[in-house]
Amino acid sequence: MRKFDAVLVGAGGAGMRASLQLAEAGLSVAVLSKVFPTRSHTVAAQGGIGASLGNMGDDSWLWHMYDTIKGSDWLGDQDAIEYMCKMAPQVVYELEHFGMPFDRNPDGTIYQRPFGGHSANFGEKPIQRSCAAADRTGHAMLHTLYQRNVRARTQFFVEWMALDLIRDAEGSVVGVTALEMETGEVMILQAKATILATGGAGRIFAASTNAFINTGDGLGMAARAELPLEDMEFWQFHPTGVAGAGVLITEGVRGEGGILLNSAGERFMERYAPNLKDLASRDVVSRSMDQEIKEGRGCGPNKDYVLLKLDHLGPEVIMKRLPSIHEIALKFANVDATKEPIPVVPTIHYQMGGIPTNIHGQVVAPKDGSPNTVVPGLYAVGECACVSVHGANRLGTNSLLDLIVFGRATGNFLVDQNLPAEGQRALPRDAGELSLSRLARIDTATGGESVPGVAATLRKTMQAHCGVFRNAELLSAGVSKVMELEQQAARTSITDRSRVFNTARVEALELDNLIETAKATIVSAHARQESRGAQARSDFPNRDDAHWLKHTLWYRAGNRLDYKPVNLKPLTVDAFPPKARTY
Amino acid sequence: MKFRIYRYDPEKDAKPWYKDYDVALDPHDRMLLDALVRVKEVDDTLSFRRSCREGVCGSDAMNINGKNGLACVTNLKTLKEPVELRPLPGLPVIRDLIVDMAQFFKQYHSIRPYLVNDTPPPEKERLQSPEEREKLDGLYECILCACCSTACPSFWWNPDKFVGPAGLLAAYRFMADSRDQAMNERLDNLEDPYRLFRCHTIMNCVDVCPKGLNPTGAIGRIKEIMVKRAV
Repeated sequence: MRKFDAVLVGAGGAGMRASLQLAEAGLSVAVLSKVFPTRSHTVAAQGGIGASLGNMGDDSWLWHMYDTIKGSDWLGDQDAIEYMCKMAPQVVYELEHFGMPFDRNPDGTIYQRPFGGHSANFGEKPIQRSCAAADRTGHAMLHTLYQRNVRARTQFFVEWMALDLIRDAEGSVVGVTALEMETGEVMILQAKATILATGGAGRIFAASTNAFINTGDGLGMAARAELPLEDMEFWQFHPTGVAGAGVLITEGVRGEGGILLNSAGERFMERYAPNLKDLASRDVVSRSMDQEIKEGRGCGPNKDYVLLKLDHLGPEVIMKRLPSIHEIALKFANVDATKEPIPVVPTIHYQMGGIPTNIHGQVVAPKDGSPNTVVPGLYAVGECACVSVHGANRLGTNSLLDLIVFGRATGNFLVDQNLPAEGQRALPRDAGELSLSRLARIDTATGGESVPGVAATLRKTMQAHCGVFRNAELLSAGVSKVMELEQQAARTSITDRSRVFNTARVEALELDNLIETAKATIVSAHARQESRGAQARSDFPNRDDAHWLKHTLWYRAGNRLDYKPVNLKPLTVDAFPPKARTY
Repeated sequence: MKFRIYRYDPEKDAKPWYKDYDVALDPHDRMLLDALVRVKEVDDTLSFRRSCREGVCGSDAMNINGKNGLACVTNLKTLKEPVELRPLPGLPVIRDLIVDMAQFFKQYHSIRPYLVNDTPPPEKERLQSPEEREKLDGLYECILCACCSTACPSFWWNPDKFVGPAGLLAAYRFMADSRDQAMNERLDNLEDPYRLFRCHTIMNCVDVCPKGLNPTGAIGRIKEIMVKRAV
């Protein structure tokens, strides 16, 4: 057992922005990560980070706030959204001061490109708000944060997988159990503050832009610790994943002037979103693409994708602003993007929901009639958290912003708590037992279901039953199938018995987390009888504010659902009341 | 498709051995990593690292038919069968295709891989012209996969003393940054018979870099600056 002021689980953008504040303030911090920090999935973000710097023309954080609320289909909490958009310029300048290699304008300021759903003057016309480092913004940001953490001497536990939260009798979180992958040993890390920054869980779907490591470990840990998961029905389909491969093609392509075409060569987004066209919000573009394909206007031999045309930008712009896209198209689609269009399909990309928190990163849950009671000792930041700034649909560039704003805010909040002066709370007697029993089962089971087999079926099931368009029939059949898969996942076995870097064991542990995430997703989606943002129900095609302007809370025990109100009250400005959403 | 894969589990193997696999591929399997996932479906005791599966995280570097590369961006059609897979050369093997990268990262950390600028930052961004920013192209894109350093004979012989191509590329990335103020300290840090000067321009690093970067070129620039400083 080891003791720290703070234990962070996850070393992506949010985790490392938080750890930087803590390490620089001299706290004892342990950062656990399944992979070396620069391999975290933040590295794959491409297009940019949103902030109203106004480098390309007038901009205001209030416009950014309005766009984010509208993008969220009014499910986002307006206090958190105000905080994020107001903080955005400052946190971007800080990244620049840390050494992040942003692209530049002739006057030396940070280059900003247009992005979907971002507009000037409350929806009037597209605006250039996305601060970019070519099409490698996530890579540039993650490496810069790692470098800054090296400078701050942050203590990393590389290739350690956190397994379970430890809660005491009062419900406070007092640390985590974790598996050191190289030795196979399990250890308890006791902490005054435990911060989950485990990222997304896009691996519950078959066609996903997400990395192999995105298995929802923090979500599984929270669910097993009897904490609710919020708004898990809202999953973003990114309009442009490479058809067949799933690899992401940034919205920055359309930001730089790329357009989507159907089999007739028609720029169909002009019909669906006359104002912002190809730069409408992601849920809108993905549904339009799906509609085109459904109505027989898809391209290719099976008419199952559309084309992203960018050759008209010219090789110079493509090689300067979108060099990785050129590389990806060549490698994964056999296409030279300076000459030909890229075949693309809507692809699972981002989870809007997650572990409910407030703007300090404190995890909250209903208790004694209050919907947002703090769970002492536990924090969550980044994609695994739901603060909620993205509501029912996230705007492009707001994910990197979310990581940095709330990673930093949570770090600062913890520094203000003066943790070094506090004592450790006692560990409960059964600390670690849940993890040890999970491992004991995996290490002794024989002749059971195959882990990759169950995981593959889960991904196919979620894809088929919880896709772009959903309905009661599909969802209810999907719920039964996922429950069956949960039973199968409890009966898996592996043949690898080594303690040393046993990745079969890791994958079996990850499967538990994928199952919790999938259950939360499909049960919540089945219950929500309306269409809002990324949840499109063909049987309930309209948004229904009278009944559903509320956050879902899913609990693992009995798949129980609860709801809590959306915070429509910003911190300092007037509220943006719900209205019809058109682009 | 046929594979011949290096196997080693310190718990049961006295020494490494090779295992032959013949796995059926799915028509959608395109890259070597897709095939490795198939292999693992039939033999879960094979250990390897992987994450992003698009060549940007740097996890799945390995030696592929004698040449270092990333499994996720190596097209199966380019490979001669049986495809021989070994861990990256020159680093201790933990298990199967997984190497201990501690020495590699220690060298990366040794060059102070962060921007040094002690003047108080302005309220907004520090200004940098597009031309100044362009000097970082070809340098900042490194993914720390270690393909280059573990292909370098100088690094094999002196992994504790020679910084290696990845670390030196990073060192030059900060020297080339108009915002960095630590040029002299950075040069002092490398002025030593081994840390920089063990590079004999063999250029294996350039040959294997999956991101198309040129560490040898960066090392040459550092040497030039150092010579200029001396005169």
